Amino acid sequence: MAAGTFAEKGADLELVGITKTFPGFTAIRSLDLFIPAGSFFALLGPSGCGKTTTLRLVAGLEEPTAGRIVIGGKDVTSTKSFQRPVNTVFQSYALFPHMSVLENVAFGLRRRGIASPLEKAHEALRLVELDHLAARRPAQLSGGQQQRVALARAVVNRPALLLLDEPLGALDLKLRRQMQLELKDIQTEVGLTFLHVTHDQEEAMTMADTIAVMNRGEIEQMGAPEELYELPRTAFVANFLGQSNLFTGEVVSSTPDALTVASAGQQLVIPSARAPRRSGTVTVGVRPEKLLLLTAPPAAPSSGVNVLGPGRVIDVSFSGVSTQYTIAVPGIGDVIVFAQNMVFGPVVHVGAEVWVSWNVEHGFGLEDSPAEAAAGVADAASAAGADGDVATSALTTVKA
Amino acid sequence: MSAESVSGAPSWTKPRARGVSGGASATGADVTWSLSAESAHGASRLATASPGGIARELEAPVAGPGAGGGRGAAAPGRRRGIRFRGLGLPVYTALALLFLLIPIAYTFVFSFNNSGKLNIAWQGFTLDKWTNVCAAQGVCEAFANSILVGVVATVLATALGTAIAIALVRYRFRARSAISLLLFLPMATPEVVLGAGLAAQFLSLGVNKGLATIIIAHTMFCISFVVVTVKARVASLDPALEEAGRDLYGSPVAVFWRITFPLLLPGIAAAALLSFALSFDDFIITNFNSGAVDTFPKFIYIAAARGIPAEANVVASAVFILAIVIVVVAQVTRAARAARLARLRG
Repeated sequence: MAAGTFAEKGADLELVGITKTFPGFTAIRSLDLFIPAGSFFALLGPSGCGKTTTLRLVAGLEEPTAGRIVIGGKDVTSTKSFQRPVNTVFQSYALFPHMSVLENVAFGLRRRGIASPLEKAHEALRLVELDHLAARRPAQLSGGQQQRVALARAVVNRPALLLLDEPLGALDLKLRRQMQLELKDIQTEVGLTFLHVTHDQEEAMTMADTIAVMNRGEIEQMGAPEELYELPRTAFVANFLGQSNLFTGEVVSSTPDALTVASAGQQLVIPSARAPRRSGTVTVGVRPEKLLLLTAPPAAPSSGVNVLGPGRVIDVSFSGVSTQYTIAVPGIGDVIVFAQNMVFGPVVHVGAEVWVSWNVEHGFGLEDSPAEAAAGVADAASAAGADGDVATSALTTVKA
Repeated sequence: MSAESVSGAPSWTKPRARGVSGGASATGADVTWSLSAESAHGASRLATASPGGIARELEAPVAGPGAGGGRGAAAPGRRRGIRFRGLGLPVYTALALLFLLIPIAYTFVFSFNNSGKLNIAWQGFTLDKWTNVCAAQGVCEAFANSILVGVVATVLATALGTAIAIALVRYRFRARSAISLLLFLPMATPEVVLGAGLAAQFLSLGVNKGLATIIIAHTMFCISFVVVTVKARVASLDPALEEAGRDLYGSPVAVFWRITFPLLLPGIAAAALLSFALSFDDFIITNFNSGAVDTFPKFIYIAAARGIPAEANVVASAVFILAIVIVVVAQVTRAARAARLARLRG
């Protein structure tokens, strides 16, 4: 980028066959990715899945072992970090402790010799509503304020591509929600391309136009949040992005419209269009909030509805808007049901005999099975050490 | 020697450690030990055993039976133990302080002595020596030489040592740990050995001894201290800050001068002060490598044979006072800054 000018608008980013190996392990395996200009793209995955490495490669803080990085049609693979039209909001914010907030924000402008850097820095600080603290040192700000300064410091340069490395991780829940909305506002306002790396699936779904779920250095699935949530293709995605009930069984009959799978003697039907695998062993999944809890067996087996049961309620946990029931179904395992709290208190109690049902069109088929995915999650967990998010996703995967 | 003197050391520096078990007081001693190592300007001097030896002689008779007696008496009559502590410790402390401060007090007081050539007996009070400090032959020349050597050696050692420290922390390269270890050697080697070894090299190379050789010698032994001091600071510097600098269009040069250097500055300044103090103070290595040139310590050493002029006391007192002022100013500004920060946060 020529010195002294701003990018007119966001640029698109293309990664071609990127591989990154560190001594002893491969962080990224032959990754191809295209992010169109102006979009808000999230890389989602557990710790150690290679998402932060991908970000650092794009920023120029690491060099790829193989592959090309193209920003706005220009190959930047061999350029240095300070030569790329890219700015990063670091996970630790990395504000310069020896400079005032204003000087922090003006740093990038000064390095590129852009006219009236202080004015533009004030402008950026007004955008994040911190202009009144411009004279302070970063150490004198709260975590949320520091995060906003870090954001202003990156945005003020109008980079073609803004990289966000889990910048909201250190904030408490309420502040995080607020920052998510602000970030999204700023992105629409300035029209930059955002690449956001996070392990928080809710954050990714709220903010991003497109999510790529990464696992073990590869992209498992990519698409709009709704698409990924409604139709996950792998057991890893089904459980990393929200929770899923998964049932594995053999295909017993298939028509052009529907597929019937027998799992532990129960017949489950899914639409063929939602099943990538149509013969042999198939894993069927359904989201917990799609399930209906029945206290009596359905009168007549109707087509278009899957029924499981009877099972016994083994856990009821109340979480405000909904209640989570865990139901042990013999031969199947534990089934999780989220029920809206339409009445006061839980509908059934621990020990009650219940049935669960769901509409056939809410089910989905997977390309792999939980057993295959579990191995992968275990890998990721051991690579990442004791990470809470990995642990919970592993927990929810190993069932059915 | 270290194990012995270490176990003896804490009894008076940390009186509370007396009731604690042996293991705990030994750890306490480690702290005191490393602190005194720094204040005594380096391990090489410690290796010659003088400060440790003195400390041991001082403490052993009082700390051993004193502590034991106090404890023994505590069981039958608590009063006696308390009275012993109440009297013995302050007297002992006062004596120890007196012992430490007598040479300084003597030097300061006798800088006002209206003496002739000999400055041994008190002849009456005068300010002449302070107002006319360069009167005695050689005092000011030696002092100027010491300042010159100190400044140049400090600048060289600080620049080289800082570069080495950054390299050792930030880069992975072959023989990195070996180099780290080798850098400790000059600190551990007795100064006579260093001085004589270097003098031999200058001789065999046919280099004329003078200011340049003194500067080379001082730079050599100061580098180790700079590396150790700055390394700690580099290790505590978050690499993400430099990455952020590069990410914000900072070229490697800009990132070093605007981010790395200012953040390392406290460490670099401490290293520079230490270097200067070591260089200004050095006698042994200087004596081997100075030829005909006199530095201040060398001048005093030679003058001591026939009576040190009072002007030397003036210079020494002035340096001492300057050092105290620097320390006080640094402490006061630091406290003021901390108070301001606390107010802003609160």
